[in-house]
Amino acid sequence: MDKSSRRGRSPRLWLAGGWLLLALLAAIFAPLVAPQDPLAQDLMLERLPPFWLDGAEPGYWLGTDSLGRDLLSRLIFGGRIAFIVAFAAAIAACLVGSTLGLFAGYFGGWVDRIISRIVDIWMAFPPVLFAILLVAVLGTGLGSVILAIAIIDWTRFCRVIRAEAMGQSRMDYVENARIAGYGRIGIMLREVLPNVVPSIVALLSLEMGIAVIVEAILSFVNLSISTDDPTWGGIIAEGRLSIHQAWWVLVFPLITLILTVLSFSQFGEALKARFDPVLR
Amino acid sequence: MSACLDIANLSAVLPNGQRVLRSVSLSVQPGEVRALVGESGAGKTMIGKAVLGVLPSSVRIVEGDMLLEGEDLGRLQPKARRTLIGARTALIPQDPLTALNPSRRIGPQMTDRLVRILGWSGEKADTRIRQLLDEVQIRDPERVLKSYPHELSGGMRQRVLIAAAFAAKPRLIVADEPTTALDVTVQKQILRLIAALQREHGTAILFVTHDLGVVAKISQKVSVLYSGKVVEEAETAALFAAPQHPYTRALMAATPRYTDPFASLKPVDEAVLAGLATEIAAADHAWGRPHG
Repeated sequence: MDKSSRRGRSPRLWLAGGWLLLALLAAIFAPLVAPQDPLAQDLMLERLPPFWLDGAEPGYWLGTDSLGRDLLSRLIFGGRIAFIVAFAAAIAACLVGSTLGLFAGYFGGWVDRIISRIVDIWMAFPPVLFAILLVAVLGTGLGSVILAIAIIDWTRFCRVIRAEAMGQSRMDYVENARIAGYGRIGIMLREVLPNVVPSIVALLSLEMGIAVIVEAILSFVNLSISTDDPTWGGIIAEGRLSIHQAWWVLVFPLITLILTVLSFSQFGEALKARFDPVLR
Repeated sequence: MSACLDIANLSAVLPNGQRVLRSVSLSVQPGEVRALVGESGAGKTMIGKAVLGVLPSSVRIVEGDMLLEGEDLGRLQPKARRTLIGARTALIPQDPLTALNPSRRIGPQMTDRLVRILGWSGEKADTRIRQLLDEVQIRDPERVLKSYPHELSGGMRQRVLIAAAFAAKPRLIVADEPTTALDVTVQKQILRLIAALQREHGTAILFVTHDLGVVAKISQKVSVLYSGKVVEEAETAALFAAPQHPYTRALMAATPRYTDPFASLKPVDEAVLAGLATEIAAADHAWGRPHG
């Protein structure tokens, strides 16, 4: 079976990847793409409905909020923070968690016992409370949010990669490498790591989705970045207050959030299948 | 001239104190093929793993010496032992499906060891690998070297593994039931290949198998194992001509024959097993005393 024909049969990779690319490009080029200034208030234009309803103004495609700010522009600018947090926090959590998981799973013994106990203790904390607590201690701001998510979520990587590395370390090719005289670290990097990379990629993408949610939760309770910059969670919090007068202020950021998170997880799964030489 | 491999009184136990190897002694001369036969769980694979230093962590060697070309493996520091084993031995594994790393191409997997462990130049390693692939009758080395393991058949993978084992110029190869996981028609070819390469390179082989037919074809000497104990040891020809131990005779009688394919398979006789149990108990008793 030739590869190109199989590639065409992976719509979820293209749908999920397409949405993510669109959202990412919009976020990167926000000042060029956004139709309005996301912070400009105009009380003459408050609570304008989206474009297909009566009373909509051209240029305000998704309507405005109770202060007359353009919703689409705020969503586009909010995407910047969402993506920065998603990439930075997920990569940080991935590096820490995967490294520890690899060591625990491959070395086993006391290394595994220590790392696994730490993971158990870590996961006993309710994650959202833990995040709120951390941000309260670290102070609000982009760096704190990223750090808090990484500190909480490295355990996801650690648990999965540990289990995979453990399975790998029992494989015959690992034994062959030991007979050949490779050192433990060398075997871990050359024989074990390449086989867990597909899982790491899938988890990384999933974690980006989770980071987007956590960031939204934190900004929903006003513990994220400065309140001036629009964030998806912040917009949802504002939309909740005016749900009866302007439902769109709540609904559009929710749709954006759900699509993004779903796309991250689907994209990860599809990538995993693509990376795996046996499934490929 | 010292033996290529000399195992003397090797005993190993599980954490519960049960012996898995009972004072095993055997030697493999340079260039000789020594077969280890026995049923499942007889400890034949365990001996191979002990020699290669990859026993499961639960199995502990409590007694005995292993000399690889005169060097006492038990006395070496772990690192020196690894290096020695890595340089002088190789394994032809039982299951070619799991013995190659699925995420690495065959070429780098094969040359990597020669370059990194033995310190060969990349070019020399490449030449050597191609020569060996030719010797195991792989006709399109270019394609094979660029393939991932799952793109090759089981027989091809076993050829690759045989080539890899001989490539590093080991003195001793442990072949752990190398034909068991293969198709019957492929088994024969693989066996012929191993025999041909063994003669060509003069490598000693410790050949682990449960198949007496294979033993007769490939080995010069045989050790018959039962429950971790060597019950009989002989030249292959002598063993087949006149098996001494009742268990060996029972094993031979149990081998299905082409001449009478519809005869029912004969299990090992109860009386023979009872005799073996007594023998093992006596050995354990004698062994147990001086060790408390």
